[in-house]
Amino acid sequence: MHMADALISPAVGGAMWAASAGLTAYSAKKLKQDLDEHRVPLMGVLGAFIFAAQMINFTIPGTGSSGHLAGGMLLAILLGPAAAFLVMASVLTIQALFFGDGGLLALGCNIINMGGVACFIGYPLIYKKIVRQQPTPGRILLGTMVASILALQMGAFGVVLETRFSGISELPFSTFLLLMQPIHLAIGIVEGLITAAVVSFVWKAHPEILIQTPSVAAARVHSHKPLVLGLALFAVVAGGALSWFASTHPDGLEWAIKGVTGKEELEAPRAGAHGVLSRIQEKFSFLPDYDFKKPEGDAGEKEAKKEEGWPHVSRGRSLAGILGAAMTLLLAGLIGFGLRRYSSHQKG
Amino acid sequence: MSHHLVEVKDLEYSYPDGTAVLRGVSFRLTHGEKAAIIGANGAGKSTLLLQLNGCLVPQTGTVRIGDLPLNKETLAYVRRTVGLVFQDPDDQLFMPLVRDDVAFGPLNLGLPPPEVEERVAHALATVGALHLKDRPPYRLSGGEKRAVAIAAVLSMSPDILVMDEPTSSLDPKTRRQLIELLQTFHHTLIVATHDLDLVLDLCPRTLILKAGQVVADGPTRDLLQDEELLQASGLEKPLCLQGCPVCQERSKNPMPSELAPAKKLND
Amino acid sequence: MANIASSLLNLGYLETLSYQQTPLHRLDPRVKLLTTLAFIIAVVSFGKYEITALIPYFLYPVALIAVGNLPPGYLARKVLLAAPFAFFLGIFNPLLDRGVLVHLGPVGLSGGWVSFASIMLRFTLTVSAALILIAGTGLNAVCLGLEKLGAPRRFVVQLLFLYRYIFVLTEEALRLVRARTLRSFQGRGLGFTVFTSMIGQLLLRTLARARRIHLAMLSRGFSGKIHLIRPLHLQGRDVAFFLGWTALFGLLRLYNLSEVLGNALAGLIK
Repeated sequence: MHMADALISPAVGGAMWAASAGLTAYSAKKLKQDLDEHRVPLMGVLGAFIFAAQMINFTIPGTGSSGHLAGGMLLAILLGPAAAFLVMASVLTIQALFFGDGGLLALGCNIINMGGVACFIGYPLIYKKIVRQQPTPGRILLGTMVASILALQMGAFGVVLETRFSGISELPFSTFLLLMQPIHLAIGIVEGLITAAVVSFVWKAHPEILIQTPSVAAARVHSHKPLVLGLALFAVVAGGALSWFASTHPDGLEWAIKGVTGKEELEAPRAGAHGVLSRIQEKFSFLPDYDFKKPEGDAGEKEAKKEEGWPHVSRGRSLAGILGAAMTLLLAGLIGFGLRRYSSHQKG
Repeated sequence: MSHHLVEVKDLEYSYPDGTAVLRGVSFRLTHGEKAAIIGANGAGKSTLLLQLNGCLVPQTGTVRIGDLPLNKETLAYVRRTVGLVFQDPDDQLFMPLVRDDVAFGPLNLGLPPPEVEERVAHALATVGALHLKDRPPYRLSGGEKRAVAIAAVLSMSPDILVMDEPTSSLDPKTRRQLIELLQTFHHTLIVATHDLDLVLDLCPRTLILKAGQVVADGPTRDLLQDEELLQASGLEKPLCLQGCPVCQERSKNPMPSELAPAKKLND
Repeated sequence: MANIASSLLNLGYLETLSYQQTPLHRLDPRVKLLTTLAFIIAVVSFGKYEITALIPYFLYPVALIAVGNLPPGYLARKVLLAAPFAFFLGIFNPLLDRGVLVHLGPVGLSGGWVSFASIMLRFTLTVSAALILIAGTGLNAVCLGLEKLGAPRRFVVQLLFLYRYIFVLTEEALRLVRARTLRSFQGRGLGFTVFTSMIGQLLLRTLARARRIHLAMLSRGFSGKIHLIRPLHLQGRDVAFFLGWTALFGLLRLYNLSEVLGNALAGLIK
């Protein structure tokens, strides 16, 4: 579920980066107020734990595929939202830097999709509401299941939105949605089960570890079961219905967008940095007349159609471009080679 | 001198779940004394050590370090005075580089950076690890980690050094180097260990802990030859006092060539 | 199990690479961070059909690999390993965007294939930039740079602690898995219950370790603040590095160097 730099535009990447930077700053500030200094080593080691735990896979019976723990929800239960968010952000950062998981610009998206959602929405708004002050195994299971499922659905939805707004991938919104949501429903269920099992395991050994401390319920606690079950049901139905709707009316969303904005496609690529740069590029457009052949009929049509897509591609230009690209690669290689010789000469 | 004093009186401690661990421990160490605390697993050695710098707080009894009783107000002073070296070096080396770990203590004491640098260099030199200054901890061998962990405590210039199993999982050569190093220290030294040969080499005084109580407190030479006492406490004599195993084996099963006198050729 | 062991080796190897003393490694980490970011932004800012204009950007990773004495084969393998997600999303493009966009002689390339190629190019460029950053700088320096650039200290401390204990915990996980593998004879892989109890075990050990580390910290006077004294000084060459490269990225963004060279070449031929 990691978003990649290759599929993202600067606008989307930048926006999510800003969002995650903001959340990080907020979380750091919140922790400072906590004055719980035993958290410093705890958070570090738990981050390493998540990292290590993610590498242990188990086989899902009947499917032959393997699953593993993502960890956002587990962390939130152990540490609370702010601390858990920081830990998830740090784990994702290490993964981006050392394994190229995602990418440095997409890191912002990943932190929000996989950290922010679980810690600031899934945990406080769903898990806590369900488990309340009575962490019985049943409630814990229900809480983690619903919270994990919803958090993963939202995270997956985030990926879809980010991809769509970036405009690099051709996947239409509905198809992508149909692809992502069911898969992540399954992943969410698995995540919920694992988290619940691990939480129970820990709780049996060290009940004081969990953030929730059972307290004597002073007032009568209204039964929230109907609400909770309804919420869960709604989520599943909504997810399914949306996917179904999207698939039967593939252009439904686009139609909706058209109705609202008057344009067929979101013009994200045209706005902001993209737009400015493209206008500059058009202005400085190089030797626009240099073509090897005149564009033929159908190519010309396609050209007209691709007008809104940018840059303007023509056959001749592209051939020159390819030639030039080959040269550039060769040049780059030579420069690199030369630099290496130079630096080894410097050493020796 | 009083700032090297360690005094424990009637100390009792139980785990949060109620298990009693220390049931009335008392002893007194003075200037420069080197004492070992030995006992079977579960006797309470590590728990006792953690009482000495306030990591654990006793339910009853008192701890006195130097001039002052150990309580909330004197905690900072005690932690400056008592340097505790834990069993697992990985638990103590948590900073990015060796020099960060060794500087951790002095920086927390509020010392200015130039002095901190000096202390770091001095502490690392003392344990023979100056060349490891810029290494990250996970690139150190077991023995190197131990040395750095000790340096990290020495840099605070404690008067009293407390060590939990300092020689465990060390290879013989590194172990010998550590023993020789500790022999040069002038601190009051308390070592909890299973390594009874280390005790003989290093600590003139020994305390035997059994089921949370001090069952013996005296000269090492005497205690470690008292087989009955050792057995009762779940211990045995140190290897170097158990007699040469090769000679013992020989006297039981002598080789044929050792029984018959050497035959002369023209006999 | 191979997974864990290889990740450990991986981390360790990148670590080792970052200890070299090359001109790249000696640069200020802030500068490397910002330049890498500028590079990535430049690369991803291209339209989805752009290919030739992206090629000149390879100059950056190539130059850095050379100067930083980094192993290109190893880095290439890592890029390949990270490719699946981008690949599998990108592969939809040729399926969905079938209109012929460009002709290479007699062969017509659909827009989908062009954008797919573009995606893979972007991917290679951005991921290599990230790997080169870490191999040419090391995490400790990156964290230092982040902090000086304004990242919350609490987050930086978290990164450092996390990194410090990744090796320790990964080894513990490896031991757990190995022990289990040695006792299982059907080779079917981990079932759910065994898996959760292993994770639970690992977690309990982790929590116990956290407590011990905390005690060790308290014993050395810890009261909440982690001190990291390492001053950073910007030098001329750092500024030059940053300005030079970002200027180049901007230039390459405005002018398609491939086309320029190609046109020049074609002109010469004519």
